[in-house]
Amino acid sequence: MSQLVKEPKQKSFFTTLAESPSTNEFLKGIWKDNPIFVQVLGMCPVLAVTNTAENALAMGFATTFVLMMSNILVSLLRNVIPKEVRIASYILIIATFVTMTDYAIQAISVDLHKSLGAFISLIVVNCLILSRAEAFASKNTVIPSILDGLGMGLGFVLALFSLGAVRELLGNGSILGFSIFSANFQEWIVMILPAGGFFTLALWLLLFNILKERRNHG
Amino acid sequence: MSTVATKPQTQSSKMIQVMGGLGALCALLIVLTYEGTAERIAHLKDEALQQAVVYVLPGSTSTVEFYIDADHHISTEWTENAVPVFAGYDDAGQLIGVAIEAAGRGYADVIKVLYGYDPVKEQIIGFYVLESKETPGLGDKIEKDPSFLENFAELDVSISSSGSLNNAVVTVKHGEKKNPWEIDGITGATISSRAIGVMLNASTNEWLAVIQKNLSVIQNQGK
Repeated sequence: MSQLVKEPKQKSFFTTLAESPSTNEFLKGIWKDNPIFVQVLGMCPVLAVTNTAENALAMGFATTFVLMMSNILVSLLRNVIPKEVRIASYILIIATFVTMTDYAIQAISVDLHKSLGAFISLIVVNCLILSRAEAFASKNTVIPSILDGLGMGLGFVLALFSLGAVRELLGNGSILGFSIFSANFQEWIVMILPAGGFFTLALWLLLFNILKERRNHG
Repeated sequence: MSTVATKPQTQSSKMIQVMGGLGALCALLIVLTYEGTAERIAHLKDEALQQAVVYVLPGSTSTVEFYIDADHHISTEWTENAVPVFAGYDDAGQLIGVAIEAAGRGYADVIKVLYGYDPVKEQIIGFYVLESKETPGLGDKIEKDPSFLENFAELDVSISSSGSLNNAVVTVKHGEKKNPWEIDGITGATISSRAIGVMLNASTNEWLAVIQKNLSVIQNQGK
């Protein structure tokens, strides 16, 4: 997991920080193992609620919260939960935090809850969360699990925002509700429709993979 | 009993204990969150509805909730299966109008709207979409499109002595509105804008006569 390279020179603070396993735990979700652009997990919210940047951010942060909290609880209970019932237990834990998030979002803004609609409840079946519980939190202590959840969550937010911003810009001529183009701009309606989600996702994946290829062969 | 070396099986009782315990813990967490947020959620929803009522009855500063019972009597007392309507009054206690909820099938799901009815001018004077899952960018123009919303500044819904509309409220093609009871539709949101016409027509046919009959009850409440 850790790729510590022995170097004779005195390491700077940032080098130490960059090479510590904790940093890796946190950063891997944002770039190297990005849940959307690399792992391609949790596609339902990615395609469904990224029609505006605001929806994408709200969905991303709600998922991050659920991911982090479920990682904490799964990690704490990893020696208690028998392996035969672990998936059922994880789903129960995830569903609990999703329900709590649902109430919390309603308490923050009725409008936001209205625009996210059914997709909040569908965080339960986001395979990203279950996969982190199964693959990471159930095998690690609490602190790395928090970092993993936070990193993966922020990677998810980043990816959702990348899609939401492009789709809102082209489909509605605005970003986060602020108009960018002049009134003459003809909106690309298709970008707000589900098809636009697929187009935008494909373009981001293409860009991500080109960057990765360059890096590997560069 | 076989003696083949397998991984040790967890006892059922242990599984049940863990799942039961976990279930209780999760239930506790949910109940705590619910208890903690219920009041604020109810308050926000109430506020949103109040704002919607004031929005569809321009000029109103206070609102009173009335209930129409199965016998078409209006009072402020809630009875079983009564339908709520909201009266808006200005500072002087003069009735501005009555806000009524209407619902109907849209393109994606049921659309719920609130409209303001002025019983003196016999017009719809305001319109607000409470709930809609219409396609973003197309169907959801019924909420935002300014030229569509203009329809509901003074839409004619006068009723005859028999209690039905003189002229049925109907959505026409965009740009073809000629009469004050027609709704100018939206290109690209044909189904959604037609649905609005249909639900307003049904709702006005059902309730306007009742409101006219009980008008004095509603007017006196403001004084």
